[in-house]
Amino acid sequence: MSFNVDERGYYGNFGGAFIPEMLYPNVEELRSRYLDIIAEPSFQEEFHALLKDYVGRPTPLFKADRLSAKYNTNIYLKREDLCHTGAHKINNTIGQILVAKRLGKSKIVAETGAGQHGVATATVCALMGMECIVYMGAIDIERQAPNVARMRMLGAQVMPATSGSKTLKDATNEAMRHWINHPVDTHYIIGSVVGPHPYPDMVARFQAVISEEIRFQLQEKEGRDYPDYVIACVGGGSNAAGAFYHFLDEPRTALIAAEAAGLGVNSGHSAATTFLGKPGVLHGSKSLSMQTEDGQVIEPYSISAGLDYPGIGPMHAHLFESGRATFYGVTDEEALVAAVECSQLEGIIPALETAHALAVFERLQAKPNEIVVVNVSGRGDKDLATYQNRLKLND
Amino acid sequence: MTKMNRISALFASATEPILNVYTTAGYPHLEDTMTVLNALQAGGVDIIEVGMPYSDPVADGETIQLSNQAALEQGMSVAHLFEQLKDMRKSITVPVLLMGYINPVLQYGVEAFCAKCAEVGVDGLILPDLPMVEYEASYREIFEKYGLFNILLITPQTNDERIRHIDSVSKGFIYMVSSASTTGAKTGISADQEVYFSRIAAMNLQNPRLIGFGISDHDSFVKASKNASGAIIGSAFVKMIAQAKDLSAEIVAFVQSIKGKN
Repeated sequence: MSFNVDERGYYGNFGGAFIPEMLYPNVEELRSRYLDIIAEPSFQEEFHALLKDYVGRPTPLFKADRLSAKYNTNIYLKREDLCHTGAHKINNTIGQILVAKRLGKSKIVAETGAGQHGVATATVCALMGMECIVYMGAIDIERQAPNVARMRMLGAQVMPATSGSKTLKDATNEAMRHWINHPVDTHYIIGSVVGPHPYPDMVARFQAVISEEIRFQLQEKEGRDYPDYVIACVGGGSNAAGAFYHFLDEPRTALIAAEAAGLGVNSGHSAATTFLGKPGVLHGSKSLSMQTEDGQVIEPYSISAGLDYPGIGPMHAHLFESGRATFYGVTDEEALVAAVECSQLEGIIPALETAHALAVFERLQAKPNEIVVVNVSGRGDKDLATYQNRLKLND
Repeated sequence: MTKMNRISALFASATEPILNVYTTAGYPHLEDTMTVLNALQAGGVDIIEVGMPYSDPVADGETIQLSNQAALEQGMSVAHLFEQLKDMRKSITVPVLLMGYINPVLQYGVEAFCAKCAEVGVDGLILPDLPMVEYEASYREIFEKYGLFNILLITPQTNDERIRHIDSVSKGFIYMVSSASTTGAKTGISADQEVYFSRIAAMNLQNPRLIGFGISDHDSFVKASKNASGAIIGSAFVKMIAQAKDLSAEIVAFVQSIKGKN
């Protein structure tokens, strides 16, 4: 079975490009050119030079001895939190802005939820001297003020999405509408492995550097180039796609996805899409999404703004349906406990998203001789207000 | 077996520009749907396009989005719409299209949805996020089984080769989007747009065309109709009914003013 995208833009039953005709020329231009552009030596050279000197790659693969001792196995942390701007998101925005340049685009539009992808997009736009518009839900603008300030400092225009539930899904709708209204000079940098084909595949390819590095780093440290488990959190699923990518066809590696179960999978306040979603079309592709019986999209809930999305990328829907990946639902509380544990055992404060991935060790029951790699997708600075509040750090 | 589709019959017999008006189902109030349809027909509209409200209508601008949201908050759903339309053909004789997004159709079940459309007397569908390639691969057979026309869109950015392909797959008419935009984003018709309209007119397509997006009054309706069989009005109509005090009377007056008959 293949876990990569096929020529129709599908992963098994999921994927495709369900877009209005107004977007067809743009998406088709991207679809017909992205593979050739990415394969160009000058692209590869520029991409890798920027990943090295600007992003700070390769990011370390750190053996977490105290966590390993606690769970009686071998735990490695893939330190995407050390990337410039504080998360893996910039791997994708660097790749996409280089594609946009080669497509002759002069303006960038993006969506953002918590603001991490917005900051990563504003960053590369500043670097490349391109105009940047970021749509962000009006509610998110209020609750993520530091990232709004960062984007503005970087010269981006932050536009509030005031429709629907005024959060990430609505910001995505607005970014798509902006693209419809500006089809010629603008490229849309989607922040996750979602959207119409070729976005899920293109974003996965840019994030694949994560698993590429894990391979050679493990070879160096353990003498074998695959782990027994790779764990990553999944909202839309870009960091997981990157961490899984080079292990998709490696049967010795189990792929573990941690979804945000919010107050509990069945609490009515959750974002655990594989548990609660049904097949449907959202933001341009067929995948699993949380929706009413009538097909209206449901607003999800998670303590983590980055996992607070009512769908997952089509690649992950296929990994779920085929059984290739195992999905766990992790509650807000479990994530908070894991965040404290990682902070106090390893001296690394993880992002709330990452904390969901760090919360599955107990359930995993990995053996003493096994190797577990967790993708530390981002750092916890942006979540300090939530940690202060929920963990009573100021009392 | 099936009668001639009402859309084909209309285009075959029309002597004046065709006016298609979009309205959001369950709006301005949940049970206004049939009132609006009857008033549109009384005013002299040629085709009625009924919008199925959706939570995430990406091709639509603010006016239609807000009407979708309001309708959903009032309890509108696909199932309820079919309930409202079940006796539609007792009074409505003009062609009726359902417009909406693919996800609610998928959840209803494509075949069940098409069967229900045929049962209540719907003539065609406009599903902007159902692309042609998917339509041909997985939907066309079902739509045709129930005699439903799938109305496809072209835009100023659609190249000639693709327009020819769309023309070959289309039945009824082609929905010609007047500018690169979401609905209601722009009003009026510019000189550039008239160049685009006449370029397409010169292609001698097998299907007639209706022009939509940016049509809001008699003037833009007349301009658009010079290069097509007629035009489609959506946002301007939805804006009007949002504020209407006497819904039926104002709808009749609106349609007549677009057609220049008052």
